[in-house]
Amino acid sequence: MNALRRAGMVLLGLVLLGGLWELYKDTAPSDGVSFGSVPILPRTGDASMPHLSSIWHAFGSQEVSLAGSSSVLGSIASAGFYTLKLALGGFVVGLVIGVLLAVLMDRLRFAERGLLPWIVLSQTVPLIAIAPLISGWGAGVHFGGFQWEQWMSVAVIAAYLSFFPISVGMLRGLKSPTAVHVELFRSLSAGWFATLIRLELPAAVPFLIPALRLGAAASVVGAVVAETSIGVPDGIGRVIIDYSQQATGDPSRLYAAVIGAALLGLVAAALVSLLDLGLRSYQRGRTA
Amino acid sequence: MSIDSAVGITGVDKVFSARKGDVIALTGIHLEVAKGEFVSLIGPSGCGKSTLLRVIAGLIPATSGQVTVNGKSAEQARRDQDYGFAFQQAGLLEWRSVAANVELPLVVHGVSRAKRRARARELLDLVGLADFAEHRPQELSGGMQQRVAIARALAESPTLLLMDEPFGALDEMTRERMQGELVRIAAETSAAVVFVTHSISEAVFLSQRVVVMSPRPGRIADVVPIGLGARDLDTREAPEFFAAVTQVREALRGRASVGEGIS
Repeated sequence: MNALRRAGMVLLGLVLLGGLWELYKDTAPSDGVSFGSVPILPRTGDASMPHLSSIWHAFGSQEVSLAGSSSVLGSIASAGFYTLKLALGGFVVGLVIGVLLAVLMDRLRFAERGLLPWIVLSQTVPLIAIAPLISGWGAGVHFGGFQWEQWMSVAVIAAYLSFFPISVGMLRGLKSPTAVHVELFRSLSAGWFATLIRLELPAAVPFLIPALRLGAAASVVGAVVAETSIGVPDGIGRVIIDYSQQATGDPSRLYAAVIGAALLGLVAAALVSLLDLGLRSYQRGRTA
Repeated sequence: MSIDSAVGITGVDKVFSARKGDVIALTGIHLEVAKGEFVSLIGPSGCGKSTLLRVIAGLIPATSGQVTVNGKSAEQARRDQDYGFAFQQAGLLEWRSVAANVELPLVVHGVSRAKRRARARELLDLVGLADFAEHRPQELSGGMQQRVAIARALAESPTLLLMDEPFGALDEMTRERMQGELVRIAAETSAAVVFVTHSISEAVFLSQRVVVMSPRPGRIADVVPIGLGARDLDTREAPEFFAAVTQVREALRGRASVGEGIS
């Protein structure tokens, strides 16, 4: 019943959003509202704000007017699936690295002092600058039968963005046990590993889940941006670029692709929610 | 020092080094607790009673002097799990069931699942919580949680129980019932108990001896033997009980008034 109600609320929110969109398009002047030369409200003409119905139709239309060409929905879906795979691959790598870094920083004081500033710094480097760099470095990597491929660069960047919230959240979680619990484990003469497994990791779960949600969303953003800046032909980043070049005449396809990319983030977040369900008994204040 | 002692403390000092200078937490502590004996440490805040308990537990090293538990160093006794520790807060892990919390020390020490199960059932029977084995700790009242913590402290069948104001957060009625339970449990397990409290009546009701401590620097001011015999419901109303309470109170006041004059 509760889940049904929540689904209803989501639906209601979507309907409201769509209503607002159409209402604004209908009532605001088509050149938008400007204060002097500064635009304050966006233009509402069909070239900037397509009707929801034309976005809907764009999903169903043929990509090019040739018999047998795929539909827009089909290419968004297949490109989206491709990007999602890379994002999730990157997310898993980011999760492993993030957790390992957090455990290392929790264990060794000097590691925390030495590593944390670099970890923070790593996220201030603009992605646009770092994506071609990584793909350039990757191109130089080949040993034995292994050959670096472009998609690997995308996954690396997705990992690069997603490890950060995970390691920061995890570190806070590992440090969250109360003084009583820490003293209890000392009185039990528990070693470092037993304390990690029996106390710190379970205590970290409530901190880890929101961090994972951020990390999953970040991995999708990372993958899409990396695709566009490296120029990977198969992902949704490419589709967005293609459609934006066609957007002067009809932006509805671009909106369709953007909606597709947003859905990817939702799917990634939903996967984390599944994990959340699995780890429910470790959530404080909730009962299984 | 007798070989039969559960705890032997000779000439223990504890100094905490702080930035503003050293703080003497304990000085010149001599104390011996016999096997199976129930001893309470009582005194105002800052008298070092909790510190002394942690020194016995090997959680904090003594600055000087010697501490033995069952004839071993405190460190060694901690590694051998000669004692069980119960804290002021129950400190149960909320992601483990009540039974799994009691099993925790056994899990940490690699005891097999079957043995753990059996031991947890035994202990929950002992503290009267057999029906709550599969509950979550947060579903239990404060008194019940504290009983789980005591069961956990008893998991390794220790010969010594160290308790740091375990009933401090409980209401008066629950507290008295828990005291009765503890007397029974201590007798059934024949473990020695060192019990930190700042309730005079609690110390008198539970103990064979009450160690009165005073602050600045933390030291033993007096040791009051309590000759009450077997405890029962009438104990708290017996004239001997009131006499012992008065005796402990006077021992506390004798030194505490000096401290109050200074602060």
